[in-house]
Amino acid sequence: MDNREAHVADSQAETLRAATVSYAVRLGDDALVLGHRLSEWCSRGPFLEEDLALQNVALDYLGRARMYYSYAAELEGQGRTEDDFAYRRDARQFSNLLIHELPRGDFAFTMVRQLLVDVFNTLWLEQMQRSADQTLAGVAAKGIKETRYHLRRSHEWALRLGDGTPESQQRMQQAVADLWGYTHEMFEMDTLEQSLVAAGIAVDPRPLRAPWLQQVTSILTQATLSVPQDGWAVRGGRSGYHTENLGHLLMELQSVHRAYPGVSW
Amino acid sequence: MTASTVKTQRQPIVPLLPMPLLSTPEAAFAARQRQRDQSSHPELWNLLDAVKDPEVPVLSLWDLGVLCDVQQDAQAKVSVTLTPTYSGCPALETMQADVAAQLQQAGFEHYEIHIRLAPAWTTDALSPNGRRQLQAYGIAPPLQDSCALAAALTPEAGIECPHCHSDNTRRISEFGSTACKALFQCLDCAEPFDYFKQL
Ligand SMILES: [Zn+2]
Repeated sequence: MDNREAHVADSQAETLRAATVSYAVRLGDDALVLGHRLSEWCSRGPFLEEDLALQNVALDYLGRARMYYSYAAELEGQGRTEDDFAYRRDARQFSNLLIHELPRGDFAFTMVRQLLVDVFNTLWLEQMQRSADQTLAGVAAKGIKETRYHLRRSHEWALRLGDGTPESQQRMQQAVADLWGYTHEMFEMDTLEQSLVAAGIAVDPRPLRAPWLQQVTSILTQATLSVPQDGWAVRGGRSGYHTENLGHLLMELQSVHRAYPGVSW
Repeated sequence: MTASTVKTQRQPIVPLLPMPLLSTPEAAFAARQRQRDQSSHPELWNLLDAVKDPEVPVLSLWDLGVLCDVQQDAQAKVSVTLTPTYSGCPALETMQADVAAQLQQAGFEHYEIHIRLAPAWTTDALSPNGRRQLQAYGIAPPLQDSCALAAALTPEAGIECPHCHSDNTRRISEFGSTACKALFQCLDCAEPFDYFKQL
């Protein structure tokens, strides 16, 4: 290789590295924001065991967020830490999918969201285990095992509440309707993710839509719930365009760090 | 037969999930034991046997399977590799601090503690001694069932009660006091107990 070729190769590697940093931050944002929403149920669960279960799942997501952020910080190599990503960015800099930031709603809403996300995650993490990026593959290999437990629980709740009382059935059906338009974003990707898919680092989410829909339809039908028509779709999370809810969530999540920058205990 | 053998196991009805083929638990632990036996620093492994899981203090990090590797280089620097149980395991930081304290106490000044994610921790890595310790502590050890479907999920009934050894038990919640445990109740002695769930 002459100098020019070496230079081109270097700059390609650099571009890929920067894209991987952004991707890890996206995944960290997804996990942090959803984990925070689940943690809001602490002491508000319908009964003690369920309260514990929600916090167990929240903790799995928080753990993933930490692994993704720490990896992004390491790969970026500019001295930032996981805390800088979690606590020192504004809503506009967050890149989570919108479905994760919607308020926790009632218990039906929370469980339907978990179901839709859990089915997606089983499919997506299964493939991410084979990422060319060893760290992202490692996080996925841990996550897939936890997610199978998450899905079993959200699946059971869907059956119990969907095929439950008229009120629980109605609340579940409403939650499905309210959430459906936010699911499409899970199966989209921008040019940044395309470049990572080409490099074998990211998973192309588009082909996951068919098996996702098949599994979700099967569970909802079993739960006597109907599957909505694809009518509307909201998107923008990956580019930092959020619903008003994320700002409120971050205000709480970041309040201590904002009031006392750099505080530790 | 191990203490955790389940006689009335039911197949969970979640046909949706593709499962990877799993190696047998015996093989998983045997591989760890071999690595330890072949180490040129058995004294370091022995030293770290004193470091316990902060949440289940009868289990050493070795017995739990969290301690992956211990090395010492030519400059006498010790490298310890740990792996987290669950992604969000809050005990991991305490474990790191406890390993550091144990090394310092034994006079090691230069050491590094690494966290390794892959291969992911599995309950198959538990030592036979660790399984016995769990049982004696009142926590039912994870099933050792190579049936791929049963492997990742917790049965609704039939986990042997660590108190009276009845298998007339029922699952109360798959998510217990910590991520690694499910909550059961014994229908014979009426005691609730934790089950260390398979992962
Ligand atoms: Zn009993």
